[in-house]
Amino acid sequence: MSTVRISDDALAAALGAEELVAAFEQAGYTVERVSSWGMHWLEPLVEIDGMGFGPAKPEDVAAILDGTSAKAIGPIAEHPFIKSQQRLTFARAGKTRPLSLEDYQASGGWTALTRSRAMDRADVVAEVIESGLRGRGGAGFPAGIKWRTVMEAAGDEKYIVCNADEGDSGTFADRMLMEGDPFQLIEGMAIAAHAVGAGQGYIYVRSEYPHAIAKLEAAIALARQHIAPFQLEVRVGAGAYVCGEETSLLNSLEGKRGEVRAKPPLPALEGLFGKPTVVNNVLTLAAIPHIMAEGGSGLYAQLGIDRSKGTMPIQLAGNIKHGGLYETAFGISLDRLINEIGGGTASGRPVKAVQVGGPLGAYIPPSQFHLPFDYEAYTAADALIGHGGVTVFDDSADMGAMARFAFQFCAAESCGKCTPCRIGSTRGVELIDRIRTGGKVHADAVETLPQMHNARKAGRTREEELALLDDLMEAMQFGSLCALGGFTPYPVRSALKHWPEDFSSSPQTRGSLADSSDHAASGPGSSPGRRS
Amino acid sequence: METSELDAIIARHKDRKGALLPMLHDVQHAFGCIDAKAERAIAEALNLSRAEVHGMVSFYHDFTPAHDPRPVVELCRAEACKARGVEALVPAAEAAAGERVNLKEVYCLGLCSMGPSARIHGKLYAGLDEAELVKLVKTA
Repeated sequence: MSTVRISDDALAAALGAEELVAAFEQAGYTVERVSSWGMHWLEPLVEIDGMGFGPAKPEDVAAILDGTSAKAIGPIAEHPFIKSQQRLTFARAGKTRPLSLEDYQASGGWTALTRSRAMDRADVVAEVIESGLRGRGGAGFPAGIKWRTVMEAAGDEKYIVCNADEGDSGTFADRMLMEGDPFQLIEGMAIAAHAVGAGQGYIYVRSEYPHAIAKLEAAIALARQHIAPFQLEVRVGAGAYVCGEETSLLNSLEGKRGEVRAKPPLPALEGLFGKPTVVNNVLTLAAIPHIMAEGGSGLYAQLGIDRSKGTMPIQLAGNIKHGGLYETAFGISLDRLINEIGGGTASGRPVKAVQVGGPLGAYIPPSQFHLPFDYEAYTAADALIGHGGVTVFDDSADMGAMARFAFQFCAAESCGKCTPCRIGSTRGVELIDRIRTGGKVHADAVETLPQMHNARKAGRTREEELALLDDLMEAMQFGSLCALGGFTPYPVRSALKHWPEDFSSSPQTRGSLADSSDHAASGPGSSPGRRS
Repeated sequence: METSELDAIIARHKDRKGALLPMLHDVQHAFGCIDAKAERAIAEALNLSRAEVHGMVSFYHDFTPAHDPRPVVELCRAEACKARGVEALVPAAEAAAGERVNLKEVYCLGLCSMGPSARIHGKLYAGLDEAELVKLVKTA
């Protein structure tokens, strides 16, 4: 009897994988729980002898087993979504059991660690530099340079910290990797520890990812003798988005409020508990075993374009027909990603905007879909790649409401340390509200007080409010300590620039996603993601 | 709040590096909140001021100073779920929740390709429509 393979990824579980597993077991089959292939619109995806069936429900089991199911998608590995990818970091996705050391070893696991440990640490760092790997968390700083700084820093106590506080909406690659291939991350951290001379590592995971936390804890226990004497521990965040910023994460790990620290000193020199610390994203560290395999760094450097080397696990999210994980070399265009690979919107309506790089990323209109996925090209277009999340919106989106939400989110998540972010975000929400209602008709009660000598005594026109908003965003962009306040202007500016009509004071001309009472029953709001 | 259980949690983490965060998680999990009494005990054990401990409790969304016995439905309302229409489901979910259920907005459960998504008693749900969400809220 063939083995049935079903993913145990959190997304598959959220779409009913557990019920499906029970149905197969009831039919007398053994179900092997593997990682997810990353074709999320087909989850829960059933694999039997390499053939795929999805999205499968318990009532489909009989038809799948007798070969008459309409949910058959053919050989999974040959599916265009999988076949057109260049998977390095996600090479094992869909193929191995996440907590099987046997599967990990059989697919090349631990060879890079063994090879690295036989090398001089300076040579390991040199190979990482040569690969051109840049930090996948968003900033894109060359990983090897960071490692070199920590390696050369004085001190016998050093730390490796993995930033797994993946809070950006539209991203899930860290989650998938931790749930699907935890040993690879552990191996990458052990290599980093050898390279810089660290004895202790921490993985800081957000509390919203209980599946990933459980997998990592189990994997660390299993891998203990492979990585010894390196010690590794999972630490759980507590719901603060800002803790994805590295210095705030370090404060949180130390048991303090997740407030951002001023730089310098760099964490590479004075990081966790004041000691030299490597802070890298999950995807950065998980790319290391491939780079440190024999000839891996040269191969990595050949992929990608310009200064963006290697592959990027891109996450197709939001209102997209074929959402999921798409790992490919840098340089791919949004047009290809969204229209060809992603199949357009899930609602079937035209694409209006795409937000790349999470809540702090710019909204990109279809006229710029030719942009190559590349750190510098995005920066030049006032956008950012961030953690590689691509969130698609259809034409019902109200970009004025999304711009307001950007400020609102910043206000909710600001750590409060610097003024432009703490106060500016709230003033931004108020300003957008006023712009969308035609400006400030009268000066407010405080402004009219006799002792407020410098306050304006008249209202402001809509145009004056827009100028004020621009001023506010400049203060936030250049005056904030970290990217939360500093990058919040990106989504707002891009929305204002490309969809000024959504900021108009007459609601009829705006998109309707936020005030979507007219769509509540049958509109796009209720249909995407549904399946029959 | 059981003193012996609180003491056991404190003893378990006291000597770890960066003990406060895991300790607060365990207290929150065991008692559903971190109240003034727990703050004082933790501050005492870690040689911190109570303000430092309270600062942690008030900073992080996961920690609460008082216990709320209502069932919690966490609904993701971040960008990717907004793009899939979560906002249109909110009025019905709020109506279904009433005072009985704590309908909490969260920013991202990491199921962004198949929203709208929610978490209830640790179980995840994705691809929700209005009827399903209302049913989940009513049975929470």
